[in-house]
Amino acid sequence: MKVTYYPGCTLRTKAKDLDRYARECAAKLGIELCEPETWQCCGGAFTASNDEIATKLSSVRALKAARDADTPLLTVCSACHNVIKRTNIAMQDTDFAAKVNTYMAQDKDFTTPYNGETTVYHYLELLRDVVGFDKIREKVVNPLTGKKVAAYYGCLLLRPGKAMRFDDPENPTIMEDFIRALGAEPVIYPARNECCGGYVALEDGASAEKKSKKVTDSAVNHGADLIVTACPLCRYNLIKNGSKLPVVYFTELLAEALGVKEAE
Amino acid sequence: MQRIGVFVCHCGTNIAGTVDVAAVSESLGKEQGVVFSTHYQYMCSQAGQDIIKNAIAEYKLTGIVVCSCSPRMHETTFRKTAAAAGINPYMVEIANIREQCSWVHKDTISGTEKAIILGKAAVAKVNLNAPLTPGETPVTKRALVIGGGIAGIQTALDIADAGFPVDIVEKKPTIGGKMAQLDKTFPTLDCAACILTPKMVDVAQNDKIRIFSYSEVTSVKGFVGNFDVTIKRKARYVKEDVCTGCGACTEKCPQKKVPNEFNLGMDNRRAIYIPFAQAVPKVATIDPDYCMMLKTGKCGVCSKVCTAGAIDYKAKDEYVEEKYGAIVVATGFNPISMDKFDEFAYSQSKDVITSLEFERLTNAAGPTQGKLLRPSDGEHPHTIVFVQCVGSRCDSCSEKGKEYCSKICCMYTAKHAMLTRDKYPDTDVYVFYIDVRTPGKNFDEFYRRAVEEYGVHYIKGMVGKVSPEGKKLMVQASDLIAGKQLHIEADLVVLAAAIEPDKSARPLATMLTASMDTNDFFTEAHPKLRPVESPTAGVFLSGACQGPKDIPETVSQAGAAAAKVIGLLCKDKLTGNPCVAHSDEMMCNGCSTCEKVCPYGAITYVDKEFRMPDRTTRVRRVAQVNEAVCQGCGCCTVACPSGAMDLKGFAGKQIMAEVDAICR
Repeated sequence: MKVTYYPGCTLRTKAKDLDRYARECAAKLGIELCEPETWQCCGGAFTASNDEIATKLSSVRALKAARDADTPLLTVCSACHNVIKRTNIAMQDTDFAAKVNTYMAQDKDFTTPYNGETTVYHYLELLRDVVGFDKIREKVVNPLTGKKVAAYYGCLLLRPGKAMRFDDPENPTIMEDFIRALGAEPVIYPARNECCGGYVALEDGASAEKKSKKVTDSAVNHGADLIVTACPLCRYNLIKNGSKLPVVYFTELLAEALGVKEAE
Repeated sequence: MQRIGVFVCHCGTNIAGTVDVAAVSESLGKEQGVVFSTHYQYMCSQAGQDIIKNAIAEYKLTGIVVCSCSPRMHETTFRKTAAAAGINPYMVEIANIREQCSWVHKDTISGTEKAIILGKAAVAKVNLNAPLTPGETPVTKRALVIGGGIAGIQTALDIADAGFPVDIVEKKPTIGGKMAQLDKTFPTLDCAACILTPKMVDVAQNDKIRIFSYSEVTSVKGFVGNFDVTIKRKARYVKEDVCTGCGACTEKCPQKKVPNEFNLGMDNRRAIYIPFAQAVPKVATIDPDYCMMLKTGKCGVCSKVCTAGAIDYKAKDEYVEEKYGAIVVATGFNPISMDKFDEFAYSQSKDVITSLEFERLTNAAGPTQGKLLRPSDGEHPHTIVFVQCVGSRCDSCSEKGKEYCSKICCMYTAKHAMLTRDKYPDTDVYVFYIDVRTPGKNFDEFYRRAVEEYGVHYIKGMVGKVSPEGKKLMVQASDLIAGKQLHIEADLVVLAAAIEPDKSARPLATMLTASMDTNDFFTEAHPKLRPVESPTAGVFLSGACQGPKDIPETVSQAGAAAAKVIGLLCKDKLTGNPCVAHSDEMMCNGCSTCEKVCPYGAITYVDKEFRMPDRTTRVRRVAQVNEAVCQGCGCCTVACPSGAMDLKGFAGKQIMAEVDAICR
């Protein structure tokens, strides 16, 4: 299977592991990741303002590239996924798309208007809906038996639920099923879908610290050995605010189970 | 040639405010066939009707056009007026120049213009009207009540009291419904069972009432006064007329791990069971999903212990066919599923329960014998948080919950809070609410007592998240009045789940051709003036199937529905609707298209002899309409490929004449 792969800026800098393991695991699972030659920052945060087109243009370019390549668009960073998925839905609105397409017509290669045709997958969704967790279970060579793993969803993967259609925002199961597929034991703890503090960390470190601590304390209290996340910002906040548990990307866990990590 | 009179109504200023009624009257006076035209302030008044009667006599009118309000309001009035003056009532046409004209137009010029056009269309139709005579159908003097909760029980008792036989169809093994599960009832706090069970016994002892328990309605045919209903009596594997209800089988059955639905799964029952001590009929039922004998053929304990010999493992579902004159829907409600509300951790903690589960926890016949104990560890809870509006009053664009207010939750939560504080004064009770809605006799006083006398902490704001941490439930909530976030360590969280119509309601509505709203509540014929009748003739509504209701309201509505049924069953004959389909046999080619589209099964085919032009005789298959069954919907008239089907009173040429008049 061939997909257009959108890494996003952080995966080139702070979150190289998230990217590297995503690529290696995809190769192992027989998924061909085609990175567009030029991609730009997703915008970083989705602007809810209705007439705002400027910050959505770069996401539209990525979506259009996938459409033109006749493949789904694959994201891995929670923030990129949130922005791109929601931009795609915004582009399904005729009036909004008309505005964007008029502007985008200035791009040399922008010949066919984009109207939200691309299917956007988060890497986890691809594993669940396309590859299938059962298939992954078969390919596991190092089952992570006995490891108690706390899935940390944060907000961006799940919300707004109606747009993201990722999982039940209040009682998600995708990461737990993923963890089970790798042979580990998922830890279900109440704060797994709470906010880490996000960008508040820049303005009000104390607030962010409070939010992050709530998450890590909850995971500790429920007996976790390890926290996994899909979001570089979540990982940053949890670690910076003194997580007692290691916080790793889900792709790293997958790489370990698939035997990709140790092969390095 | 018709002699038509036109009567334009002012309806005070309702019509005259935006329509120049004199101009309408004058203009329509010039139409073909019109010999008299006038206008008057209130045509529906006695004086207005006298104008019509006098004009009929004076001008020898044969047809009437009344330009007034919707025919739904006064068509019957004016038809009666015409009949009293000796004209066939179906020679009256109403031009609706109020709802569809004066009320929607702002200026007199366009309002008047449209009123004239609508009047012309009505005149054109009357020119082609022919007198119609409705047929009569007999009334089967027996009522069917679907649902055996308090609504169905009350309706059945009231109908039986008037001397008519009634059948109750209840899908559960016993009647009693939700009320049987409740502990106390607001605002007087009398015990639900103490006031309900005597009524259940009355039903059982009333020789006019038959109970079909553990049964479902599977098909409804026919029409008002003459419904043909098929009732499926599910196999209960116990002979109802033999079982004495001694309960020996329910004690000896080795299959002990069956979730007890009467206690909402908080304890277990056996595979053979009697739902509760006062069940009516007090007869055991075998649950085929759990009975080892039925599943594997190995066991048979109940049969051995039954001294009456009532067990019958070979029983099959039976179908009963019965005729009814009227049908009452009393299918009730259920709390919604908490699946989409996991912010309250319902699926994660046993100590997060719904209000109905709380009722069972405080009920002496419940899983804890009425002691308020935490389901997880059986300990007494010291801090209880009640959350109101869980799934009620949700945003229309959210994909969970209901937009409407479930109406009963404010009162039962006040009851739960008050009773908890009364029985366990060492327990702290919090109630989170959006609004407290307690209108009703002695209702607000009741709520005030919970706050003022019993010290229940009412906090305006919603709970955002419930996190199970160890033995505690960490409740995060907002206090909107204090403007702050609250964190409460609770032992028990009780969710006031929204209520929704029972799942059986929608397929039943389809069978009955009764309409429903988007929430699957049955629609009443008129929201104010006909609240207990469905728009489908002969179908009546009782209780929460029509909208959220508490017990007093349900009982009132149940009685009202019974009164309507009694009014219907008192009649020996019903006048039908003469505007029914009619097949022109000379044009019909017997193709069966009309039969296939008829939703009422009113069309059959007969082989009939026809004399041909060359004097030979030929037998042809032609459609025949059963006028008593036809509802005049017109589906067949549009489906008929040869144009043989027509609707009396709404013939194709009459409709075309109206269209021509509008386009002229």
